[in-house]
Amino acid sequence: MIHIDRSMVGLAAATLILAAAGGFVPDWLAFILTLALAKALVVQGVVLQMRAGLVSFGQGLFFCVGGYAVGMGGHFFGINDAPVLLLAGALAAVALAAVLGLLMTRYRDIFFAMLSLALSMILFGVLVKSSELGSTDGFNVHPATFFGLSFKTEAYKTALYLLTVLLAGGGALVLHLVHHSGLGRMWEAIRENEIRVEYLGLSPRWLLYANYLLAAAFAALGGGLTALATGHIDPEMSFWTTSGEFVFIALLGGTSHVAAPMVAAVLFAFVRTYAIEFTPHTWQMILGFVLLGIIVFLPKGLWSLVRSEKRAKA
Amino acid sequence: MSTPILQTKSLCRSFGAVTAARDLDVTINPGEIVGVIGSNGAGKTTFINMVTGYLPPSSGQILFEGRSILGKPPRAIIRMGMARSFQVAQLFPELTVLENMLIALVAAEGPRPSFFLPMASAKRMRQAKELLAEFGVERFGDSVVSAVPQGARKLIDIAMALISTPRMLLLDEPTSGVSVEEKFGLMDTVMRAVRHHGVTVLFVEHDMEIVERYVSRVLAFYSGEIISDGTPAQVFADEKVRELVIGHGHGTEKKRNMA
Repeated sequence: MIHIDRSMVGLAAATLILAAAGGFVPDWLAFILTLALAKALVVQGVVLQMRAGLVSFGQGLFFCVGGYAVGMGGHFFGINDAPVLLLAGALAAVALAAVLGLLMTRYRDIFFAMLSLALSMILFGVLVKSSELGSTDGFNVHPATFFGLSFKTEAYKTALYLLTVLLAGGGALVLHLVHHSGLGRMWEAIRENEIRVEYLGLSPRWLLYANYLLAAAFAALGGGLTALATGHIDPEMSFWTTSGEFVFIALLGGTSHVAAPMVAAVLFAFVRTYAIEFTPHTWQMILGFVLLGIIVFLPKGLWSLVRSEKRAKA
Repeated sequence: MSTPILQTKSLCRSFGAVTAARDLDVTINPGEIVGVIGSNGAGKTTFINMVTGYLPPSSGQILFEGRSILGKPPRAIIRMGMARSFQVAQLFPELTVLENMLIALVAAEGPRPSFFLPMASAKRMRQAKELLAEFGVERFGDSVVSAVPQGARKLIDIAMALISTPRMLLLDEPTSGVSVEEKFGLMDTVMRAVRHHGVTVLFVEHDMEIVERYVSRVLAFYSGEIISDGTPAQVFADEKVRELVIGHGHGTEKKRNMA
């Protein structure tokens, strides 16, 4: 039996409030939130892996696959419906992860991190050399329809915002169930002691394979939504700094709750936007200080503030 | 005659020039409680590691209930009905004791855990608490494993091994790292549980008092070979064992002389 807990109610309420706010918030804010929540979906996958003891510096690979699937679907195959394009991106990423996962699940720790980075950089290199796909410039993404309905510019942005909010909120709810399920807790057990999991009669490798596939699907959804929001894709989506950003946000939020990546992604988006606005040449330094502060003062991320608050009340 | 629960035939294992197991022919029958003794480096843990699939033998055969388990990974051997505990308790240190038990319960239900049903179901919570009570460690249920005393960790390790309802349990030095005051209490608890579950037990142990008190049969290892196999009285009386494994001044002999 699925037990509906306070987190699930809170997530559903936050999703509804964010969705309702779509009708009121200014365009610039809706755009920032759309990009932030799309990124939060990717970070959910990074956190999923972190909970199993793995850190990926190459999640940009699947983010890019999701983005290019959306772009190429409209450009080459005449598919223009956003949900179909996003689904195609997620399936393409899962198919790729199904192959790469056979290799990746053999590795742990720094080897996993570096191999994931290497694979994303291979895709980056391939895209840079593909003139049909716009090489380093990438190409523009056709505006999509939503379940067959087409919208004008303003309504299009709102529809995309709503879709992103629903996917981010729905995705977080699904992952909340997964984190507390037998499989989700088994991933934590693998992080703690892989040998014991093996001696309980389970295959850590195949459990991590499932984790890898799920993380890839979430990354591709985020990539697809980002492509639709910005209207453009390029190989930078697979560059290692993009993957590093996802890890940054994961550390910022922490891994203890599915809401953490969403809060962290929104905060990151605002810090970055204002840092670029006010100090265009040193914004990376500001982000660096933010990360330094988090690691020193909140090693378990921003969400540890919520957790310690709860503990203090209890 | 019933099929032996565990049988090894000409089992060998070398590490470079060092031979850790040499032509080991061991037959364990259902219901036996067997102790394995030997000095450090005698090949006891190597034997357990080979039998549970952690270490491949260089040559030889291993049969569990008449079926070969050679080349099978540990998880497959566990699913066949064998379980083991470790010299250093292998738990999930940052999770609570109750969570450790729940994870073992989930694992015992099958190789593909549910991805949406909660781990902490009412049924599993009840089972986990009952097991902790059986092993006398229920008071640690909400404690993180890393904060639990060594003796309790050993018991939790063995309790987790028993969750899969194995027919054979291999214990690697169950009392190592446990205080003198605690060791008999720990072994009494373990033996009560294994008898209750009807499990055949093979355990490696350095403490001869423990071996003498709890086992029905002893295998004495020396330099990768079995130099004696019999009841505790027979093995402890064996001149070779006294010379090479337990030493002439061993406590069991002294106590016997005093009695």
